[in-house]
Amino acid sequence: MVLVYSDNKKIAFELLAKATEIAKEFGKKVNAVAFDEATAKEYFAYGAENVIVVETTQKDFKAEEYADYLENAIKETKAETILIGSTKNGKELASRLAGKLNAGCIIDANNVYVKDKKVTAERVVYSGNAISIEQFNSKPSIVTVPSKVFDPLKRDDKQSGSIVKKKFDAAKYASKIVKIQEMKTGGVNVEDAEIIVSCGRGLKDKNDIKIIQELADVLKGRTVGCSRPIAADLKWLPEDHWIGLSGHKVKPKLYIAAGISGQIQHIAGMRDSGVIVAINKDPEALIFKSADYGIVGDLYEVLPKLTTAVKEKMG
Amino acid sequence: MNIIVCAKQVVDASEIKIDSNTKKPILQGAAQKISDIDKNALEEAIKLKDKHGGKITTVTVGTADAKERIKELLAMGADEGVLVTPPEKCDYHVTSTLLAEAIKKIGAYDVILCGEASTDMFSGQVGPRLAGLLNIPQITYALKVDAAKDKVVCDRNMGDKAVTTESTYPVLISVTKEINEPRLPSLMQILAAANKPINEMTADSLSSGLKPVVDTIDLKGVSMERKNVVYQNDLDESVKQLVDSLAKEGVLR
Repeated sequence: MVLVYSDNKKIAFELLAKATEIAKEFGKKVNAVAFDEATAKEYFAYGAENVIVVETTQKDFKAEEYADYLENAIKETKAETILIGSTKNGKELASRLAGKLNAGCIIDANNVYVKDKKVTAERVVYSGNAISIEQFNSKPSIVTVPSKVFDPLKRDDKQSGSIVKKKFDAAKYASKIVKIQEMKTGGVNVEDAEIIVSCGRGLKDKNDIKIIQELADVLKGRTVGCSRPIAADLKWLPEDHWIGLSGHKVKPKLYIAAGISGQIQHIAGMRDSGVIVAINKDPEALIFKSADYGIVGDLYEVLPKLTTAVKEKMG
Repeated sequence: MNIIVCAKQVVDASEIKIDSNTKKPILQGAAQKISDIDKNALEEAIKLKDKHGGKITTVTVGTADAKERIKELLAMGADEGVLVTPPEKCDYHVTSTLLAEAIKKIGAYDVILCGEASTDMFSGQVGPRLAGLLNIPQITYALKVDAAKDKVVCDRNMGDKAVTTESTYPVLISVTKEINEPRLPSLMQILAAANKPINEMTADSLSSGLKPVVDTIDLKGVSMERKNVVYQNDLDESVKQLVDSLAKEGVLR
């Protein structure tokens, strides 16, 4: 059996498409795990044949309990291939589960397929410098996949399947969640942006983000990104603007990095961009090695001039 | 308080070059270092020890040359290092099983600290895997660790949510890079580290016949080819040239 779970429904839809393909190759069925019936019905519309609905009092995600539920679901369905959405929750769940089962696990796969009758996955390693192709030689095989790697099947509400309600036992764990707060977001989606102007440590004050925004606006990209220090350390921008290895990975047609030194962790988040422009006052800055075009200069002098020049050019 | 810190020796990803013939990354001879976020884990361990007393043991699964790196950890403030030599073929299953067995051998522990992920592979798999193997609670992506005598409370960065989780001991905590600024050891500390013990263990003595469940069948280099045109003339002229180039690229529309 192939089993799908994600705490993010959209990723689960995408994984169901891949699960359908893998299930066909192995002559197996597509199962999913959900925590309510409404979600289970949606999973049928996207390709699930059986859905286990776990009834639990642990309403907030906790990896310890959820790994126990998944372990039970794997036993119940005799699942051999398990696809889990690569959210932060999904990754820690998959890893814990793999530890409990002594199973193989591949995190953040950007491709999954069957080769020589074995589940095979590809993932980016060494900060984007290499792609590792890995193959399971044992079962179960656990793979986590980020959003938008696979396209979901066309939604078909006429499809139905069987729902199995289960009350699995979880061990008693000494940990508990005491508080959950929604993080402040900037409401941007850098992953879908066509043009991004990003800033880094070269920025001296939070209010100066407006000069970044002004350039983004004339470029009709309107999207401002940033490197780790701006979002994670200084918190001048919410984390949805953060581009990098542990932030968002982007591929706009134009990426402008202003006052960003070009640490490899940042490059890993933007290296797939179409055209990359770097503005930095340090001619030795690493960012120039990863850029198509660069200007050596202070962003406070360059950006206003660039904004004006772009405005003139675009009429 | 007995504290274990898991630390990995990694190649410095920023130094990796791609072989132009084979299109594979050149790993042989690449500079090695302790994965950055593991140093944040050690820094947090030192803070815990300052507050509650106890002992810090670092555990590394790595080749013999990792000993030099472990000395850096001892200089920072760890009391003892453990180096486990891995079998010829390794995956996350092998590594985390060896860590778990080595930790059991070290003895009773209250806290295991890890970095959220290593800077080379960035899976973040070992921490939660280890917690699953040892059947203890896990607190991941910790931004703040507040440890009392009988329990620890952590603020965690879960992306769109900030989650506060608490647990009694023993517990495994993985930390993010923002949690602290790892200290740089003084010359005195570096010299003193030479007298701190590094215990070596072999994979077979911990778990015999351990085999990977995932094989790496290929590693392909990704080279980044960019035009690298840098304008360094008079600023107005440079800006004009840049805008002209962008227009030609068709990105100004």
